[in-house]
Amino acid sequence: MKVQKNGRVARFRPVGRQFGFVVLLMALAGCGGGQSALNTAGREAASIALLFWVMLCGAVVLWLLVNGAFYYVSRIAPGRLDTRHARSVLIGGGIVLPVVVLTALLAWGLSILPDPRRPGDGLVVRVTGEQWWWRVEYWPEGAETPIVTANEIRLPAGQRTEFRLAADEVIHSFWIPALGGKMDMFPGRETMISLAPERPGVYRGQCAEFCGASHAWMAFAAVVMPPEAFDDWLAAEAADAVPPTDEAALRGQEVFLSEGCGACHTVRGTEAVGTVGPDLTHIGSRRTLGAGRSTVTLENLGTWITHTEALKPEVRMPSYALSEGDLADLTQYLKGLK
Amino acid sequence: MTVRETGLPRPEGPYPPTEAMLAEPVPEDVAKAQAERLRAAWAPPTGWRYWTAVNNTKVGKWYCLTALVFMLLAGVMALIIRLQLAVPENDLVSADRFNQLFTMHGSAMMFLFAVPMFEAISILLLPGLLGARDMPFPRLSAFGYWCFLIGGVFVIGSIFFDAAPRAGWFMYPPLATKDDGPGSDIWLLGLSFIEIASIAAAVELIVGSLKCRPPGMRVNIMPLYAWYVLVVGGMILFAFPPLIAGDFLFELERSFDWPFFDPERGGDPMLWQHLFWIFGHPEVYIVFLPSIAIAAMIVPTVARRPIFGYSWIVLSAVGTGFLSFGLWVHHMFTTGLPSISLGFFSAASEAVVIPTGIQIFAFLATLMAGRVKMTLPMLWISGALAIFTMGGLTGVMLALAPFDFQAHDTYFIVAHLHYTLFGGMVFPVIAGVYYFYPFFRKKLMSERLGRWAFWLIFTGFNLCFLPMHLTGLWGMPRRIYTYPTGLGWDGLNLISTLGAFVVAAGFAIFVWDLIRPKGGQPQIPRNPWDAGTLEWTHDVPEEVWGVRSIPHVTTRYPLWDQPGMQGRMDAGGFYLPDAREGKREILITSVIDAEPVQVQRVSGPTWITHLAAGFTGGAFIFPTFHWYPPAIACGVLAICCIIWWLWTSTARPPETDIKDVGLDLKLPTYAAGPASTGWWAMWITMLGDATAFASLIFGFFFYWTASPDFPPEGAVHAASGLIGLAAVGFAATWALTVGGRRLNRVQAVGAARACLAFAPLMAAGGASALIGSVWPLEPSAHVYPAVLWALAIWVAAHCGVGGIMQLYCLAGSLFGKLTPRYDADIWNVSLYWHFVTIAALVTCAVLGLAPGAL
Repeated sequence: MKVQKNGRVARFRPVGRQFGFVVLLMALAGCGGGQSALNTAGREAASIALLFWVMLCGAVVLWLLVNGAFYYVSRIAPGRLDTRHARSVLIGGGIVLPVVVLTALLAWGLSILPDPRRPGDGLVVRVTGEQWWWRVEYWPEGAETPIVTANEIRLPAGQRTEFRLAADEVIHSFWIPALGGKMDMFPGRETMISLAPERPGVYRGQCAEFCGASHAWMAFAAVVMPPEAFDDWLAAEAADAVPPTDEAALRGQEVFLSEGCGACHTVRGTEAVGTVGPDLTHIGSRRTLGAGRSTVTLENLGTWITHTEALKPEVRMPSYALSEGDLADLTQYLKGLK
Repeated sequence: MTVRETGLPRPEGPYPPTEAMLAEPVPEDVAKAQAERLRAAWAPPTGWRYWTAVNNTKVGKWYCLTALVFMLLAGVMALIIRLQLAVPENDLVSADRFNQLFTMHGSAMMFLFAVPMFEAISILLLPGLLGARDMPFPRLSAFGYWCFLIGGVFVIGSIFFDAAPRAGWFMYPPLATKDDGPGSDIWLLGLSFIEIASIAAAVELIVGSLKCRPPGMRVNIMPLYAWYVLVVGGMILFAFPPLIAGDFLFELERSFDWPFFDPERGGDPMLWQHLFWIFGHPEVYIVFLPSIAIAAMIVPTVARRPIFGYSWIVLSAVGTGFLSFGLWVHHMFTTGLPSISLGFFSAASEAVVIPTGIQIFAFLATLMAGRVKMTLPMLWISGALAIFTMGGLTGVMLALAPFDFQAHDTYFIVAHLHYTLFGGMVFPVIAGVYYFYPFFRKKLMSERLGRWAFWLIFTGFNLCFLPMHLTGLWGMPRRIYTYPTGLGWDGLNLISTLGAFVVAAGFAIFVWDLIRPKGGQPQIPRNPWDAGTLEWTHDVPEEVWGVRSIPHVTTRYPLWDQPGMQGRMDAGGFYLPDAREGKREILITSVIDAEPVQVQRVSGPTWITHLAAGFTGGAFIFPTFHWYPPAIACGVLAICCIIWWLWTSTARPPETDIKDVGLDLKLPTYAAGPASTGWWAMWITMLGDATAFASLIFGFFFYWTASPDFPPEGAVHAASGLIGLAAVGFAATWALTVGGRRLNRVQAVGAARACLAFAPLMAAGGASALIGSVWPLEPSAHVYPAVLWALAIWVAAHCGVGGIMQLYCLAGSLFGKLTPRYDADIWNVSLYWHFVTIAALVTCAVLGLAPGAL
C-alpha cells in the first residue's frame, strides 16, 4: 500500500534553508517516504528535524575528533606525553568539552520542547487505539456530539489541532512522523498531543508501541488539507451514509445486514450500529482499508473480507466465506459508501 | 570491637613484613612438602565428579561458556529476525513467531548473556587479580551457576515449543498481563529465578573485592577491575530488586487476578514501567561498566605505563553508577509526563556523558603518555571505541526529549542501543577474551583468525546497524514483523540483513578460534603481555592453587614495581603457602587497608549445590504451569538442601583458634559479626532485599498519588487491632533474637535458647496477625486491597524465613555448632532481623495509618 510516493528533496521546509550545508546533507540522505520524520509537514516535526541535523553535524565532528586522536596516538605517533598535558587531555576532553557542548545543546533543545498540552485552535480529535485500528472522533469547537470515523485522520493546514488519546485494551502510541513526535495511548488514562500541520499532503501514521500480533499493521493515513477543503470534508463526513442506488450495491447492503456485519460496524443511516469495529459510514472515500493495510479497491475489499486473518494476524474480525456473487455485491456496496 | 568481645584471638605477629623477613629463603624440602599439600587441597575432582567442582576456575569457565552459548542462540534468533525483515511483506515466520523471537532475543541477550557474562568473567578473573585462591563462598558461585543453567535452558528452550514470551523484553502490561499461554509466566518466573542467582553472584563479588584482597592492597591500589566489580555489584543490588518486586506484583496479577496493572480496578500500567526502567536503565550500565573495566586492564599493559587518572576513573565509575539510577524516565518520555520531568530527566541523561567521557579520555591520556604496542586485544578495544562513541553520541541526541519524541521506538533506537552494547560490551569482552585467554588456558588464540573475526564483525556490524539510524528516521517502528513497500525502507533493511550475516561469519571464526583444539600449540610464557597485575603471576603450566603464596602488595602494578615478588611467591615466601590440615583456606583482609584479619576455610566439591539449584528451579518453574503442589514441595526441599549445606559446611567451630599463615603471622580461624565475610554477605543481601521492599512501598504511594480512587469509596481497611498486635509480635521477635545473641555471648546459654525458642513463635504470631488484618479484604476487587495483601505476604514470607533461621540457631546451640565463643550464625540472623523488623514495622504503619491519612 502506498500512501505517498517518495517525496524527494524537492520539497523543503523553508526553515531548513537557513543552513546551506544542512540542505546538502538532506540531499545526500534523502528525506524518506510518507512516514519520514525528516520529510516534514508540521511545525513540531520541522523544529525537531532541524535539531537533528545540527546534532548530526556536531556528532560527526566529535566522533572524528575522539577517534582521530585515538588513531593518532596508537598508529601515527605513539610517543610520550608528559603528565601535565595528559591531565589537560583528561580534563579538557572529559569535562570541559561535554559541559560546554551539553549545556548549549540542552538550552536549545529544551527551548524547542513541544508542549503536548498546548491548546489547539478549536478542533479536538479524540483517538482511541483499538486492537489493531484507530477509533477517531472529531469534536469541532462547541460540538455536542462527535463526528465518528476510523483509521484516517484529516487535519486543516495552518491550524493547531488538539489530540486526546486513549486506548481500549493495551498501550499504543500515536505517531505521524511528518507532523511531530509520538504520544503513548493508555487504557484508563487520557494523554494529549497537539500538532500544527502546515503543508497539505498525504502522510502516514503508525502505532509505535508494541501492541501484539498485528502491531505491524496498525497504521493510518494522515491527510492535511487546506482549511476550506477540510471544512467541506468534515461536513460531508458528518452526514449519514449515501443510500445505495444501483442493483448490485442494494443487494450488497442486504448481504451486509444479513451476515451480521452491523453487530460490530456502524453505517450511519442504516440498522448497522455496532461499535466493536471501525465505523464504515464513509469507508468508500477512505484512502486505506484495514488500518493502513491496503487501498480501498473492490478487489482489496473482497480479499480483506475473505482473508482477514491472513492479512492481519489475530484480528478480531473473522474471515467470511461468501459466495462470489454476494462478495461482489458486498464490495460494491462498501466501495459506494463515499 | 566484636573480635575482642567474642574472646577470640586477634592477629599476632609482625605485619607488615620487613624486607629482611621476605629475604629469608624457604628451605627447599619444606617448600616442596607444602606445595604438595596445597596442590592436594585445591585439586578439583576428576571423572564424573568433575561437575561437583566449586573452584572459581572451573565454575567461572562453565559460566562463561554457558553465557556464550545463550548469546549465540540469541544471535541466531537475530538472524531469523533480519531474514524476515530483509524484504517487505515477507512471510518467512508468522507474526506470533516473530514476536517470540524478538522478545527472546532481547531477554536472552540481557538476562542470559550480558549480566551473567560479567559475573562469569569476574568469578573467573577476580581471585587472580587479587592474588586470592578462590572466591569467599565457592559453593554459592556453584549454586548460582547451576541456577543460571537451569533457568536459562528453561527460558530459552520455550522458543522451541512455540511457547516463548512474546510481549517484548520489557513486558508492558496490560499486553503482557492479558497474554494467553505460559509465555509471560516463563519470562517472569524463569528470569526472576536467574535474577536471584545474579544477586547471589553480585553479593559474592562485592565481598570478594572487599575482603579477599592480598595483604597491603589498600582500596586505592586495587586493580581498577575490582573497583568496577564493586560498583557494578552494588548497582545489581539496587537495580534488580525493583524488577523482582515488579515481577512479584505481575505474577500475582497473572496467577490470582490481583489488579496491580489493570486500570479498570484502580491499577496502573505505568507502575510497571517505572519499576522496569528503574531496573532497566542501570542495567545498561551494569552491562557497560565491566567492559570499561576490561579496557582499564588492557590499556595500561598496551601503553606500558600505569593508568593515567586512577582516582578520576574510580570516581567516574562510582558517579556513573549513581547517575544511572536517575535516568530511567528517558525511556518513558512519550508517556505524557509533564514538561518539567522531561527537562529534568533530559538534563540528567546528558550529565552521564561526563563521567563516561572522563573514563574514555583517561584511557586516551594513558595511551598518549605511554608507548603503545598495538596488539590484537588493543585492536578490539579501538573497534569498541569507534562503535561506542557513536552510540554515545546518538545517546546524547536521544536524551533530548524533543528528538526522542520522534526517534523513540523506531529503528533509530535499535541502532543506538546496538552501538552502545556492541561498542560498550561485545567488543571489549572479545578484547578481554583475547587478552585473558592465556591467563586461563595458558595458550594464545590465533592472531590471524582474530584479525579476520575483527574485520568481519566490525564491517558487518556497521553495515547492519548504521543504515538503521536512517530507517528509523524514515519512520520504521521497532518490533514490527513486516512492513509494506514504498516507504523507502526496503533497500535499507536488505543492507542491514546482509550486514547481520557478515557479523555472524565473524562470530563463527571467533568461536572456532576459541574452542578449536590447541594441543599442538606451545604453552605461553608466563605473563605474555608483560602486564603489571597479579593474575599474570600464575604458574605455567597451570597449578590448581592459583598463587603459590599470597604476596604482600604495596603498588598498583606489583609485577612492574615490586621486583623479586614473583620469585618469592613461587618459593612460598609469602602468606598461606601451606595447607597443613589439607583444607582449602583463603586469607581475609580488612576492608580499607587490607590488613590480614582471618584465615577462612572455604568449602570444597559437593553435589548439594546441584540439588539445591534443582529444587529452587522446580519452585520457580512449576508455577509457570500452575502446578502448585510440586512447586511447594520443591520449595521445601530446596530449603532443606540449603539448611543441610549451611549446617555441614559453614561457620563450624574450628579445631584451633589461631594458626600460622607464614611470615610469623598468626591469624584467627573463626570470625563472627562484622569481622566475618558471612556477616558482610548478609548485610549486602539485605540491602537488596530492602530495596525490593522499598519498591513495593513506592508502589503503594504511586497509587496513592497517581490514582483518584485509592482507596476506593467505602473500601474495607485492614483491621487496626490486629495490625497493632502484629507490630508487637515483630518487635518481640526482634528483641528475642538480639537478646538471644547477647545472652549467648555472656554464657547464659539456657536463657539464649529460651529466647531462640520463643522468637519464632512471636514471628509466626506477628505474621499471622498481619495476614489476619487483611484477611477480610478481597484482593482481586481493587488494587487497594491487593497492594495491602502483597505487603502482608512479603512480610509474612520474610518472617517464615527468619523463623527458620532462629530455629537453625537454636539447633546450633543444642548440637554444639553455636557456642558463646563461636556465634557467627546468630550474628547473621540478628542482622537479618534488623532489616525485616524495619520492613515489618513500616508495613504495619502503612496498613494501619493509611485509612486515616488517605
